[in-house]
Amino acid sequence: MPSASQLALHLLGAVTAAPKPVKAQHEFREFFIEVAYLAASVLFILGLRGLTAPDKARRGMQLAAIGMFVAVLGTLIDFRIVDYTWILLGLALGSAIGAAISIWMPMTAIPQRTAISHAFGALAATLVGISHYDYVTRVLGEELSRVDMAALGFEVMFGSLTITGSLMAFGKLQELLPGAPVTYAGQNESNIGLFAVAVLMFLFLVFSSSLTGSHTVIFYLMVVVGLAVGVLIVIPIGGADMPVVISLLNSYAGLASSATGFVLGNNVLIIAGALDGASGFLLSILMSKAMNRSFTNVLFGAFGTPAESAGAASTAGLVVRPISSEDAAAQLAYAREVIIVPGYGMAVAQAQHQVRELAELIERRGGEVKFAIHPVAGRMPGHMNVLLAEANVPYDKLLDMDEINDQFSRADVALVIGANDVVNPAARNDPSSPIYGMPILNADQAKSVIVLKRSMNPGFAGIENALFYDHKCSLLFGDAKSSLTKLVAEVKALQ
Amino acid sequence: MGTTLLNAWPLAVEASQTSLTLPFLRLYVFVLAGFVGYQIITRVPALLHTPLMSATNAISGISLVGSLVAAGAQFSKFSTFLGFVAVTAATINVVGGFMITDRMLKMFRRQERS
Repeated sequence: MPSASQLALHLLGAVTAAPKPVKAQHEFREFFIEVAYLAASVLFILGLRGLTAPDKARRGMQLAAIGMFVAVLGTLIDFRIVDYTWILLGLALGSAIGAAISIWMPMTAIPQRTAISHAFGALAATLVGISHYDYVTRVLGEELSRVDMAALGFEVMFGSLTITGSLMAFGKLQELLPGAPVTYAGQNESNIGLFAVAVLMFLFLVFSSSLTGSHTVIFYLMVVVGLAVGVLIVIPIGGADMPVVISLLNSYAGLASSATGFVLGNNVLIIAGALDGASGFLLSILMSKAMNRSFTNVLFGAFGTPAESAGAASTAGLVVRPISSEDAAAQLAYAREVIIVPGYGMAVAQAQHQVRELAELIERRGGEVKFAIHPVAGRMPGHMNVLLAEANVPYDKLLDMDEINDQFSRADVALVIGANDVVNPAARNDPSSPIYGMPILNADQAKSVIVLKRSMNPGFAGIENALFYDHKCSLLFGDAKSSLTKLVAEVKALQ
Repeated sequence: MGTTLLNAWPLAVEASQTSLTLPFLRLYVFVLAGFVGYQIITRVPALLHTPLMSATNAISGISLVGSLVAAGAQFSKFSTFLGFVAVTAATINVVGGFMITDRMLKMFRRQERS
């Protein structure tokens, strides 16, 4: 389709004063591109800074979006671009898909969307890397310098393992794949072996001539190995560890973008990738800390197999106290202070709207309601906050673990909705428990505890929870949504 | 002294321009941007961690910039095809990422005091 490209060239020619010598014209365009990239980099940083306060966040992100627009516009005048057909098609298709997903996707699907967007980002970085390799070594027939090859190797390796790793995470979160960890004998050894093969390939690529046939073969083989590594490292990771994995993949996707910047000599790519990489890295540290585990521990699946023996003996012979929805409603209705502890169970039952309704009813009766958010409640960092915000719970009622933990002892009722391990006192006082040392919400210090629970199955980590057998704890069995609907009706009836 | 500096300047530039100058300059940019990112992001409250992740994801969709050149430079048919797929994937992240971040941030509101 020459017409589209001719038209575009004609337009660009008009902008950049055609009669000038080619070199001067190129410099002129390059100047504009670099200014656009500089502006974009500053706007990205300002945009992220907006996220430090909820009331400035939207404006901040609008600045970042303007930065992106400027960077894309700047790139479009690059003198190397001679045909706009495929660019426009890709932009149109991507915009349509991206807009459709973000308009119609329910908020409960946020973890899945985040996982798959890491796959898209990594895919773009990997393909740009492959295209660059192919262009330099095959089309131009030139040698890649060691430095360029190292950057390219990083880009393609991080990129390819992030693509499949994120797709696996997506599959688990969307329940297309079994959410439980898949483990087999020799898993860690074979994973480490495969990773070592990838590293050896990387070294070969850097230190051998890029003009040989074997170099090309090894390059593409490394992509394949990277894809395989991505699948294998996420397979043994269970749903409860998803917040760490998603953060880690976020970081890798950023690093792949940054490596693309090194390959193409493009600073805005390096900066944006570094911001993304730093953010993912920091979040993975925070998530690991909130689970009292190291990165390696999460990645090498020590948690993967449920610890069957743990806690099982200590709860034998103990009985739980079921409670009717009438009694639970009365307790909540006459409480002065209620702290609600939401967990993944609330997200699964999509009960956030009923939770908000119940909280409003209690407040209308004169009680005070707060929400205690554990950092790893749910499937990704901040998951509970977004769901409750969607249900119109004001954000000043959503309190972090550190802010709220001292307040439990004053609370009349702690209402635990579909959370388990994050309120398990074994983390505090049972050194033999696999979750010993993990910071938890002090729900057990409240004057009474009501737990909404589907059944007596242990939580995701497969660990018994002594809280449920506590004399001041009662359990309301059933699906979180229908239990809450009943509670709302009962509290209303009391008025 | 002014003249010596002026005379020495082109030499200094020449001497410092080895094949490693540029990669190291990029490394500086990477490390410093990483530090700035880390400093800012430690101040983002846990409340906004989900929007933060979708925001950084949208921003790293900047690899779109690299994809555009690959898709439009006619290096080869292979490159154009890869570039086209990359442009599509990156645009999904950019457009979807910014839109969904905004949708999320819109939901966060303070309690109305009456």
